[in-house]
Amino acid sequence: MKEKILEVKNLEVSFKTYAGISHAVRGIDFNLHKGETLAIVGESGCGKTVSSKAIMRLLPESNTLINENSEVLFHGEDLLKKSENEMVSIRGSKISMIFQDPMTSLNPTMKIGDQIAESILIHRQISKEEAYKEALEMLQLVKIPNAEKRMKQYPFEFSGGMRQRAMIAIALACKPEILIADEPTTALDVTIQAQIMELIGELQKELDMAMILVTHDLGVVASVADKIQVMYAGKIVERGDVREIFYQSTHPYTRALLDSVPKIHSTNKETLYSLKGTPPDLINPPVGCSFAPRCEYGMNICRKKYPELTKFSDTQECNCWLHDPRADVRNLPENMIRRRQ
Amino acid sequence: MSTKEVVMTEEWNESDDFERVGTEGLSGEDIGEKSLTYWADVWRRFRENKLAIFGLILLAVIVVILFVGPLITGQDYQLIDASIKNQGPSSAHWFGTDDMGRDLFTRVCVGGRISIYIGLCCTLVMFVIGALLGALAGLKGGLVDDIIMRICEFIGNLPYLIIVVILSMVLGRSMFSLVFAMSLTAWVGTARMVRGQILQIKEQDYVQAATALGASTGRIIIKHLLPNTLGIIMVDITMSVPGFIFSEAFLSYIGLGVRPPETSWGALASAGQQQLMFYPHELFFPCLMIVLTMLTFHLIGDGLSDALDPKLRK
Amino acid sequence: MDKKEVLIEVKDLKKYFQVGRNQTLKAVDGVNFKIYKGETLGIVGESGCGKTTCGKTVMGLYQATGGEVLFDGVDINKLNKKEKKEFTKRAQIIFQDPYSSLNPRMTVGDIIGEGIDIHKLYTGKERQEKIYELLELVGLNREHALRFPHEFSGGQRQRIGIARALAIEPEFIVCDEPISALDVSIQAQVVNLLIELQQKKNLTYLFIAHDLSMVKHISDRVGVMYLGNMVEFAESDELYQNPLHPYTKALMAAIPIPDPDTEEQKKRIRLEGEIPSPVNPKPGCRFVTRCRYATEKCHQETPKLEELVPEHFVACHRAKELMEDHPQE
Repeated sequence: MKEKILEVKNLEVSFKTYAGISHAVRGIDFNLHKGETLAIVGESGCGKTVSSKAIMRLLPESNTLINENSEVLFHGEDLLKKSENEMVSIRGSKISMIFQDPMTSLNPTMKIGDQIAESILIHRQISKEEAYKEALEMLQLVKIPNAEKRMKQYPFEFSGGMRQRAMIAIALACKPEILIADEPTTALDVTIQAQIMELIGELQKELDMAMILVTHDLGVVASVADKIQVMYAGKIVERGDVREIFYQSTHPYTRALLDSVPKIHSTNKETLYSLKGTPPDLINPPVGCSFAPRCEYGMNICRKKYPELTKFSDTQECNCWLHDPRADVRNLPENMIRRRQ
Repeated sequence: MSTKEVVMTEEWNESDDFERVGTEGLSGEDIGEKSLTYWADVWRRFRENKLAIFGLILLAVIVVILFVGPLITGQDYQLIDASIKNQGPSSAHWFGTDDMGRDLFTRVCVGGRISIYIGLCCTLVMFVIGALLGALAGLKGGLVDDIIMRICEFIGNLPYLIIVVILSMVLGRSMFSLVFAMSLTAWVGTARMVRGQILQIKEQDYVQAATALGASTGRIIIKHLLPNTLGIIMVDITMSVPGFIFSEAFLSYIGLGVRPPETSWGALASAGQQQLMFYPHELFFPCLMIVLTMLTFHLIGDGLSDALDPKLRK
Repeated sequence: MDKKEVLIEVKDLKKYFQVGRNQTLKAVDGVNFKIYKGETLGIVGESGCGKTTCGKTVMGLYQATGGEVLFDGVDINKLNKKEKKEFTKRAQIIFQDPYSSLNPRMTVGDIIGEGIDIHKLYTGKERQEKIYELLELVGLNREHALRFPHEFSGGQRQRIGIARALAIEPEFIVCDEPISALDVSIQAQVVNLLIELQQKKNLTYLFIAHDLSMVKHISDRVGVMYLGNMVEFAESDELYQNPLHPYTKALMAAIPIPDPDTEEQKKRIRLEGEIPSPVNPKPGCRFVTRCRYATEKCHQETPKLEELVPEHFVACHRAKELMEDHPQE
């Protein structure tokens, strides 16, 4: 196995809101290895964006509470205990992030070239000319045509796809070890999305970067991810490698997500699988498994206690009571109950 | 994925623990407790703003004094008594007396009513004309918009002092002409603001939905556009009242305001200014009231605009 | 198909927006199609292709620049005020954004009841009952009638929007990207509801979306739009199995499929470049800047929709020859 570069332990994030404290991320653990792509999948409000921002320490300090026992170890050093100055030197150079909306993440009053050069100058002791030259190389790397001319243009002169390319150029300017991509293509059209995802994939290989891909689009996940973790109501409910999740998922929520998308070969107008209800209120999260009230295989125990972790392979594990030997497994879908390790 | 929450206990082995209940008890469409309506939410945020609440209380106190004050002192604001002219504040005359021996406190109260009354009247006229014309311009666009906006520019560029002078010559010096003259020019700003708001809101899907349902223009303005601009209009209103009070004071000060023996804060200040060298209290008290009232409206307006700003919604 | 009754016929529809001096945005530029009673016609395309403008012009929300929209044989752009109101009773629209499509200052009951009030269909108790009935029809509770839109989730709001459209019992509904703002599991709820309602009430839909898999799932026939033009039009299974236009092919290849094995084997047809601006388009095929099959003719002449395979229309000069050259592609 490759070198482990990021280790998240018991990450718990809550927000102070008017209505009370909202527990957005409720204790998640995961590892990221060199060069791999980890996809965090879930619906809006499940905590996937919050956890990725917590790693970068990008959450507003005024109303965010992070549990004292939480750890985010980057090469063994806890990012949560670093000072803001130390974080500045890590952000953008060791760990970079690209966001969903390429319009608001670029400074509208600065030329694209200046913005890329600036992000290089912050982290490296090189002359302005050198930084400019590297910025130009970055623009060429992300396949922006007429890069030299484009360097002198402002963000509004770029189309959505071009802006996202420029964002990628800025994020990768210092050759980071980890790239966190938060819904990088959600705002883009499918043909542009295909271009951008392919570009990210190529650059990832070239730079041997690890990537955390935060998305709700299962199609994108299927095409780029190595490993997947599925989040629901602030917890990871299942994780595994891409084939395990798509073909042998063991958690009813993962199943529900996969089944609610129409299959290519399905008959038209056939009723799609649809989940009842809405995700729970994170201000008063339910006792037991938070998916239990919406789960068609839910048992009494599910509403009382949070299920134990069941391991199925080196990579796949899941928290669900259905894998307890005593569970009621009548008419569960085939291959849902996998052999345990 | 922590396992720490799982504790082995007796009830673990209860047989019904593993009985399937599925989605039992899930209505599927639970929504939270009845949450606040928009205005209740605005009021909640307004209440948290201590300065704004202070302004609101102070304004209430001022209004109560204006109406109740003269009853307590029992003085007549028109009674001239040459024997007590230009007296300083005392227990009999709280704010002293003026150059004709009239009780200044009572005059400030009565004048204040008129000042505030003029402020409110002008605001009302400004709001009705401005909101309707602004909404019409924003909604109809095209030629209607062009005409209304050109009228706005024309009126906005007229020196308003000249209009007031001309109007008081034509209509005579009365409260009506004062209100008329001031609101004639003031609605322009409101109309521009409402038009801007409407232009934004009319692009919203719910307005198109109403159009698709066959709603008439009137219905769209009243049901959809105005309620959604009301927040900003309210801030505008609270911020304009002190402006009108001040304008009235200014006009009365230069002798274009209410006609004696009626009085207002501006007229009182004007009279007091002549005695400034020897009896400064005659200028001080009316000015104090003008300042305090303007302050309260500004504090309330600030609080409202903060409370209405959706970006600050928690 | 020919046995079916035509409900809507769109003939050479054009909608231009003036965006500056000598700058015309040709959002919809000569589109033709028919919608039969009881069917779902899907329109797909990327942002800026004019699909939403097309839907709103068919609804009469935009005045058409040219062409005709015949609803039951009558051009909706030539209706007088009274006829227009009659028309709104028969055709309705569901919007994309569940947040901006409901008036935040009105209760859900009043939002749903608005159409009933405008057309004076019911009053008093009957109106109340009708609103309750509609809420239950879309899977909500009667208690929700007194609540305000901000208390609901995106999916619930979208269903309120559907209830509002259904309140006046229309025959035809334009669904303008009704699911693209929703989460995956909620999308299924809404799509299921739309299909169920169609079967129950014999509704006709014009379903506009950029999500091809959903469009295929719900539609009987699908049209593909690119920069204001309809480039391909066919029955939905036929279109997906046998796309003929180079753009449709690229579009199909670009959709990521939630299946790792398929994704691995998929042949990539990468489209170079981005969608050009629809302002002052050049003559010729709109797709020519990104098309790898483009010839001189494509730059000069705008291709017309032609029926290459029965019930399968393509607007491409080279489609026929490409189809014969690579029958498998």
